[in-house]
Amino acid sequence: MTGGKIAFASGMLLALAGGWLAFPRVLYRTHPQPVDFSHKIHAEKAGAKCEDCHAFRDDGTYAGIPTLDKCSGCHAAAMGTTAEEKNFIDRYVTPNREPQWLSYARQPENVYFSHIAHVKLGKVKCEQCHGNEGGAATLRPFAQDPISGYSRDIWGRPVNRIALRTEGGMKMDDCVDCHRRQGLEYSCLGCHK
Amino acid sequence: MTPRKRYGMSIDIDKCNGCGACMMACAVENNVPPVPEAANDRKGITWIRVYRVDNHRAYPERRTAYVPVLCQQCGHDTPCVHVCPQQAVDVDPETGIVGQMPERCLGCRYCMVACPYHARYFNWWDPAWPAGMEKTLNPNVAPRMRGVVEKCNFCHGRWHAAQQKAAAAGKREIDAADYVPACVEACPTGALRFGDLDDPSTEVAHDAARPESFRLLEKIGTEPKIHYRSQRDWVRDIANAPHPDGKDQHRG
Repeated sequence: MTGGKIAFASGMLLALAGGWLAFPRVLYRTHPQPVDFSHKIHAEKAGAKCEDCHAFRDDGTYAGIPTLDKCSGCHAAAMGTTAEEKNFIDRYVTPNREPQWLSYARQPENVYFSHIAHVKLGKVKCEQCHGNEGGAATLRPFAQDPISGYSRDIWGRPVNRIALRTEGGMKMDDCVDCHRRQGLEYSCLGCHK
Repeated sequence: MTPRKRYGMSIDIDKCNGCGACMMACAVENNVPPVPEAANDRKGITWIRVYRVDNHRAYPERRTAYVPVLCQQCGHDTPCVHVCPQQAVDVDPETGIVGQMPERCLGCRYCMVACPYHARYFNWWDPAWPAGMEKTLNPNVAPRMRGVVEKCNFCHGRWHAAQQKAAAAGKREIDAADYVPACVEACPTGALRFGDLDDPSTEVAHDAARPESFRLLEKIGTEPKIHYRSQRDWVRDIANAPHPDGKDQHRG
């Protein structure tokens, strides 16, 4: 009888592990980022805040991932001794070639999202949706849905509201949840274009 | 919370000369692709369309007028909202704009049947632009796919842009000058005006209150938010779609 229970429990565990850990790896294709950028080092050593690099333009639009000139300002020559920095300077800064960063948070083209409305008017913290990306020592691989091309972050992360990460998430349900709590849910075209 | 609006338009038919600049500006603004060769008069997509009407008289009494017809943004019992089985159409309580969500649309075209104004269009083909022209696409408007219905939404991308600009200035209320649909902007004779109908200081609210102002098929009670006006009696009569034989078509 006990053996049966153990067999059942281990079978259950195996199936769950397969479903929760292995299957997503089959579903999503992963790509490494061009440079292993460390948000942590920049935050600690350079004292950089999110908006120092991820800036708004004058008209309120969001510039997103910074371009190379932002990096070259400091990294014209190596500031540290890491191989990754040397590699970055040799491959991108010196030949003046833009790294092809992969955006974890890029939404589908029919989504209208205004960063400035959320940050300036709504007082939403970056971490609320993006998680503690600013404290991460490495850039995790970019996981992509091979059919739609969408990033896993905006589509598949919080499954059934159970998530290993605690932040808000970037599925439509996550947006709607937060808007509904504040009575800001009006119509489809409020967030779609 | 954003202050509520009830956006509408006023169209002076006596000023419209049928040039079609509004149709062109609309298509460019809203990423409406050029019609494929197989398209006919019914299958092309024109969010705003200028119709030619006449007074049914022979020369020399013949008179012609041009009537731009777009989604009339019905404010009461909006027919397309009622019939949609997908909840792909909604009326934004913030702006009064009737919105169409292509991603939800299953393409049944019930809304096109329900629309009294023929203001809804179906995508019979995948959108395609001639090589190079895709560079002119508007990033604030998502192109639609084959098999869904679309229609005018008062250039909602411009509403978003105006909101974003206001947010950058730390305001929730947009500047009225920042939100003008492409057709209104393009009209060379100034026949089209746009604004908040609930604000008595706007030109549209003033236009809507004028005695020669009328709305299309007002008798069916959908409270459209496009207010036409003309000094000519026969033009105003056409808006009620009288039967050609003179029979009264009021529904019981």
